[in-house]
Amino acid sequence: MIFAVLVPLLIACFIPLLSKMKHRIHTGIFVFFVPLAIFLYFVRYIGENFTPVRETVNWIPSMGINFDFYLDGLSLLFVLLISGIGALVVLYSIYYLDKQERLGQFYVYLLMFMTAMLGVVLSDNVFVLYTFWELTSISSFLLIGYWHFKERSRYGALKSMMITIFGGLSMLGGFVLLTVVTGTTSIQGMIDQTDTILNSSYLPLILILVLLGAFTKSAQFPFHIWLPDAMEAPTPVSAYLHSATMVKAGIFLVARFSPIFSTYEWFFIIVSLVGILTLCWASYMAVRQTDLKAILAFSTISQLGMIMAMLGFGTQAAVFAAVFHILSHATFKGSLFMIAGIIDHETGTRDIRKLGGLMTLMPISATLALFGTFSMAGVPLPFLNGFYSKELFFGSTLGLDGNILSQAIPYLAVLGSIFTFVYSMYFFFGVFTGPKKLDQLPKKPHEAPIGMHLSPIILVLGVIVIGIWPNLLNGSFLYHAASAVNPATTYYEVSFWHGFTYPPLLMSLAVVAVGTALYLTRRKWETVYGVLPGRLSLNKAYDGLMKRFDTYSDSLTNYYMTGSLKNYMAIILGATFLVTAGVMLYTGGFTISFDNLAEVTIIEVAIILAMIIAAVATIFINHNLAAVLVAGIVGYGVAMLFVIYRAPDLALTQFVVETITVALFLLCFYHLPKLRKRKESARSKWKNASIAISFGAMMTLIGISTHSSRWFDSISEYFLETSYKLGGGDNVVNVILVDMRGLDTLFEIAVLGIAALAIFSLIKWKKNKGEAD
Amino acid sequence: MEIITSILAGILFATAIYNILQKQFLRIIIGTTLLTHGAHIFIFTSGRLKTGQPPVLTEGVSDYTDPLPQALILTSIVISFGVTSLLLVLAYRTSEENNTDNMEELRGNEHE
Repeated sequence: MIFAVLVPLLIACFIPLLSKMKHRIHTGIFVFFVPLAIFLYFVRYIGENFTPVRETVNWIPSMGINFDFYLDGLSLLFVLLISGIGALVVLYSIYYLDKQERLGQFYVYLLMFMTAMLGVVLSDNVFVLYTFWELTSISSFLLIGYWHFKERSRYGALKSMMITIFGGLSMLGGFVLLTVVTGTTSIQGMIDQTDTILNSSYLPLILILVLLGAFTKSAQFPFHIWLPDAMEAPTPVSAYLHSATMVKAGIFLVARFSPIFSTYEWFFIIVSLVGILTLCWASYMAVRQTDLKAILAFSTISQLGMIMAMLGFGTQAAVFAAVFHILSHATFKGSLFMIAGIIDHETGTRDIRKLGGLMTLMPISATLALFGTFSMAGVPLPFLNGFYSKELFFGSTLGLDGNILSQAIPYLAVLGSIFTFVYSMYFFFGVFTGPKKLDQLPKKPHEAPIGMHLSPIILVLGVIVIGIWPNLLNGSFLYHAASAVNPATTYYEVSFWHGFTYPPLLMSLAVVAVGTALYLTRRKWETVYGVLPGRLSLNKAYDGLMKRFDTYSDSLTNYYMTGSLKNYMAIILGATFLVTAGVMLYTGGFTISFDNLAEVTIIEVAIILAMIIAAVATIFINHNLAAVLVAGIVGYGVAMLFVIYRAPDLALTQFVVETITVALFLLCFYHLPKLRKRKESARSKWKNASIAISFGAMMTLIGISTHSSRWFDSISEYFLETSYKLGGGDNVVNVILVDMRGLDTLFEIAVLGIAALAIFSLIKWKKNKGEAD
Repeated sequence: MEIITSILAGILFATAIYNILQKQFLRIIIGTTLLTHGAHIFIFTSGRLKTGQPPVLTEGVSDYTDPLPQALILTSIVISFGVTSLLLVLAYRTSEENNTDNMEELRGNEHE
């Protein structure tokens, strides 16, 4: 199983090689076999006696993060969708994408997506699921931006990325909380601890965070705005990622966690409400679109809302209807996307206002679209799977007990379905009937090659086969999927005819009647869009938000990235002071004790006083030469202190180094341009002084605290004892330097060597330049 | 005495930082040397002062001052010498090339 997930990624490694010969063999032909093989591998699991399969490969066992793959009915449904639709989409893309395109990149992204999506639906480990989840967002980003020379493509890619990654991160937060609450990273393990989660005080937060992930990915209101812009991707991608698979990842997530949350009241309220709102809003908006793919995008959003709502209901009938519709939607929407791609390919436009009367020119496409759109509309005919979906949906909205929301749901469902009917008719009749407008088309339309029709034909066959035998897959396949979501599910029989008084049928008939009326009078009520949404636009809100993010982060960065090293230094020192002093205060690190102090002698005090005066004088002396000499006093003072404090080696070194340093200073001073001390503003002076004084005070306090608190013995005893035995030397300081810590000293010499080289080349460089001049 | 040396270290740090926050190269370099001195005194104090003889093993002596801070400081003196020399030459070359010894005049002009 794990191999099956990784196969696309492995094959992707060879695509750059294979795409070298794309002019002889279309790269898609190689790729086609990958999803096909995965489909055939998994299809054998279909059967009445299916039991879940588990496979584990360790990744980070110490943190409980492993490739823990769990194949149950729900995963199987999605795996077969991903691989099955995947194969058809690749087949379609062979005819859709010209050999001039960058095929290598396209198929690498597509295969990357396949692995990611398979990983999402098979992972039992929440963190592995999250990893694959974000990988789907990234591959979607790359595929939407495939034609990156188009501004709209880049915009759409970024938008989808921003919104889905925002959701993904929220979801990760939810997962972390779930892991903390249950102590396990396994989803099945969490389902076993449902009671613990339901009693946790984090429950509302967990629900909201996880649902944010699902809603952004599945383009639910108000996060749906990325999906219409994602239509800039090549049509095979839209059919695959943005209709059949990736956008259903959110559905999958909700379904996966349903066993945990289903008894929680807010789960029902939020998921049902968001789902049904999405259904109504998106189908209403779809009627207004003029781009074929935009109609289909809004249609996809509304259908996802419908599935989401059914998962929110959570009853046996609703869950079964949801699972049934996931399959139906994949078949009819996949075929419609491909038809839209064919129309675009053959006429050169997707603008429905320029299209019309294509029935006689493109009869095969028209027939396929007829089945697709009528199935989507839920027209009551016994050979359209969409009708059964819709009837199951209506059935599930009835008889939900409880609050006002439950009573409103059937009406909202009918309302959403009416608009679904309207845009389906609009799509079909707008493109294929009415007057021909050939003069407006960039290309002279003719029927597409049969290869391009192959995939939609297979999908439409799916629509019809399920339509004629609606129970074909129920026992062996859909039942297992539904029972993974709602364990109480029993076998569910779907039938066409329930009698005239069956409420869902009446709802369907009402939809058809009102829908037809609305479609025919479309011109008359179109003005309503001026009122709702009118000038309200979620897209504008998104754009405004992004623009504000840009300006704010820009001005924030410019505020401190001034290019002035002095300011950087002030910020670094100030921050160091705040953090260090804050931590010391917070942990009670400052202690002052007057025990065990060394005695104070006059001479030391005199030296120290001299040093303090000299150090302070460096600030106030305006004359450079004097400042250098005064700084030298401090250095010699340090050397004298070393003498008094019995550090002969230090004293010697300090004297020598200080002498050379002062000499160097004077040498440089001789060469430096004669410039006066700069005037500073009073404000700047005070700022510098306060940073300096607070930092100095902190160091004093730390120094005293170091002396006052001894928590363990010094390591120095060890050096004193072993200096002679191990190092063979009496001078302990020397033994430490050249023996115990010999490597440090070696590096120290290296640093000096580097400094010497740098100094040498700095001076030499000048000379060469002088010669050149 | 340790408290007095700690205060000395603090004052050295303060004056060093004030100098480092100036615009002129020479001041900044003076600041870094003062910073080194402050750090040395600080480390030295943390090993306690005058607890015994210099850390050179001698017959009949059992108390020595702490050798570890001394080893650390010895390394530091040498390194800081290298750093100061490099900074001096760098300052000299920079001011010669740009005709200024003001840090503020050396910043890039893309934010102006």
